[in-house]
Amino acid sequence: MSDANDPWAIRNLTPETLRESLRKMYLIRKFEEGAEDSYTRGLIHGTMHLSIGQEASAVGACVGLSDSDKITSTHRGHGHCVAKGADMGRMFAEFFGKETGYCRGRGGSMHIADVEKGNLGANGIVGGGLPIAVGAALTAKRLNTGAVTVCFFGDGANNEGAFHEALNMAAVWKLPVVFFCENNRYGMSTSTERSTSVKQIADRAAGYSMPGVTVDGNDFSAVAHAMQTATDRAKAGEGPSLIESMTYRWRGHSKSDRNRYRTKDEIAEWMERDPIPRMAEMLIAHGILDADSVAAMEIAADRTIAEAIEFAANSPAPNVTDLTRDVYTRPLT
Amino acid sequence: MSRELSYAEAIREAMDIALSEDERTILMGEDIGVYGGAFQVTGNLIDKYGPDRVMDTPISELGGAGVAVGAAMTGLRPIFEFQFSDFAALAMEQIVNQAAKVRYMLGGAVSIPLVMRFPAGSGTGAAAQHSQSLEAWLAHVPGLKVLQPTTPYDAKGLLLAAIDDPDPVMIFEHKLLYKMKGEVPEGRYTVPIGKAAVRRGGSDVTIVATSIMVHKALDAAKVLAESGIEAEVIDLRCIRPIDRETVLASVRKTARLVCVYEAVKTLGIGAEISAMVAESDAFDYLDGPIVRLGGAECPIPYNPDLEKAAVPQVPDIITAVRDLVEGRR
Repeated sequence: MSDANDPWAIRNLTPETLRESLRKMYLIRKFEEGAEDSYTRGLIHGTMHLSIGQEASAVGACVGLSDSDKITSTHRGHGHCVAKGADMGRMFAEFFGKETGYCRGRGGSMHIADVEKGNLGANGIVGGGLPIAVGAALTAKRLNTGAVTVCFFGDGANNEGAFHEALNMAAVWKLPVVFFCENNRYGMSTSTERSTSVKQIADRAAGYSMPGVTVDGNDFSAVAHAMQTATDRAKAGEGPSLIESMTYRWRGHSKSDRNRYRTKDEIAEWMERDPIPRMAEMLIAHGILDADSVAAMEIAADRTIAEAIEFAANSPAPNVTDLTRDVYTRPLT
Repeated sequence: MSRELSYAEAIREAMDIALSEDERTILMGEDIGVYGGAFQVTGNLIDKYGPDRVMDTPISELGGAGVAVGAAMTGLRPIFEFQFSDFAALAMEQIVNQAAKVRYMLGGAVSIPLVMRFPAGSGTGAAAQHSQSLEAWLAHVPGLKVLQPTTPYDAKGLLLAAIDDPDPVMIFEHKLLYKMKGEVPEGRYTVPIGKAAVRRGGSDVTIVATSIMVHKALDAAKVLAESGIEAEVIDLRCIRPIDRETVLASVRKTARLVCVYEAVKTLGIGAEISAMVAESDAFDYLDGPIVRLGGAECPIPYNPDLEKAAVPQVPDIITAVRDLVEGRR
């Protein structure tokens, strides 16, 4: 019963997919809150970069992908990992530094990966994943796998040389890759206005002869639509695209951030544009969910996260004697 | 049947074999296609395998290296040629932070079967930015393996071993060796990674050398033999991992150690070999101080006399060994 004025997602995605997408958005939010709480309680050490506020971007970007499609992720990568289908328990186990974690406790938050689901890993180097994504797309083209690679990066990465080299090569070789920029307005404390020569990062696409679009990154439907267009193009052999998803991180850059570069009003304004209620309201308005089932979904997400933390807390730590395991595939003699 | 190939031809033959055996193998690099590579190492391979498998990259060392890492992580087996080893400086991020670490960071979930080739060293009049020996930089990084083949036989056998290896292998090829001829068997064979070669037996002094310095050490050893000094020359071949046992066994036998390498002397492979001996029982066998001969503490200069003076030469090795053996050190 959809009409042409309905959002793209309502017209093009199944109710099941839409419900699952909202569920994943809740999972990301609850995951991040659980990670933050665990950090505060001293259960997680190191640092972390939370993506609260960016859930529609991660889930919208991954909704059309299969397990054989790859993603490369960023230091702010928890949401991408959840969106690509990761198990919450193994994610938390990684954050807790446990052997049951996705990286057996060797990577932590900044290197979270789930290779079986196609997540080639978060990256601690800004721009580090961009050429790697192009390499994954080269493999897909050479071996004719039909897979597409989605390369997540932030606005900060658009000023790294790796970004420009990667986009150029992907365009020259017409590779099946989508460059997905989560523009949350700040590279740590430095705003895009102060760091970036173009008004919109999507404008960079013109320099590499690829389509570039800017979308409202807090609008699941807009993100999913742009991604579908880009992945269709990639899979048709027409080459890469650049999507700029305008969003906002509610929390600071990392755990050391004192938020001195932005105002409370600005943060409050973006919190009003929370992507999750927006998605829930869209699904309710189109009869895909009712308010009670949305509430139940949120409670279920809370439970899933509580269980995941429980699993992580009870998992074994790595054995110190295994310190140098996995440096090489075959141990050096 | 004995057959001679140049060092460059031997490398090309190894790549030819790898390309013919496995569809997943690709070559990447700047001007490696119809140009044949800056040193004509890839030569005419593009005619046989086409531009999809012998891929010219843009002049984008960082991006190109990263594409090779991503391709290796997802199922291809790239062999990436740097035009000059100096340009590794442009790609260190991908080599050091990505290629070397991704497997470990991901708890062993992936392997990176990647080979990178680096034409290295001085002696071509190319001055400071095209003449360096940077292998120790990369040998400092766990996750990488670092080779320095010195003969056409090893150039082929070590490259095939590197291609078979599931992890990133960095191969430093001295530019002055590319034209050197030597016996190279036809077909596939491998030389094990991590094993040194004793190129000349001797009882009076151990010379541990790398890359082109192996040949200079052998020339020096011939002269020294005329005056009754028998030098044992060890070609390290691989500086990560290092063949500790071969070095220590030789030092126990000769009681004297000279390290010769072209890279800048300070904080180089010579320091590592010296410390390895000093930390072992072989130290007790030493009859004199350990001697290091390495590159001068300056960039490689352009003027040919200065360029020669910047790296150890045969007479330097002869003098150093003689002084050591005759108790003048």
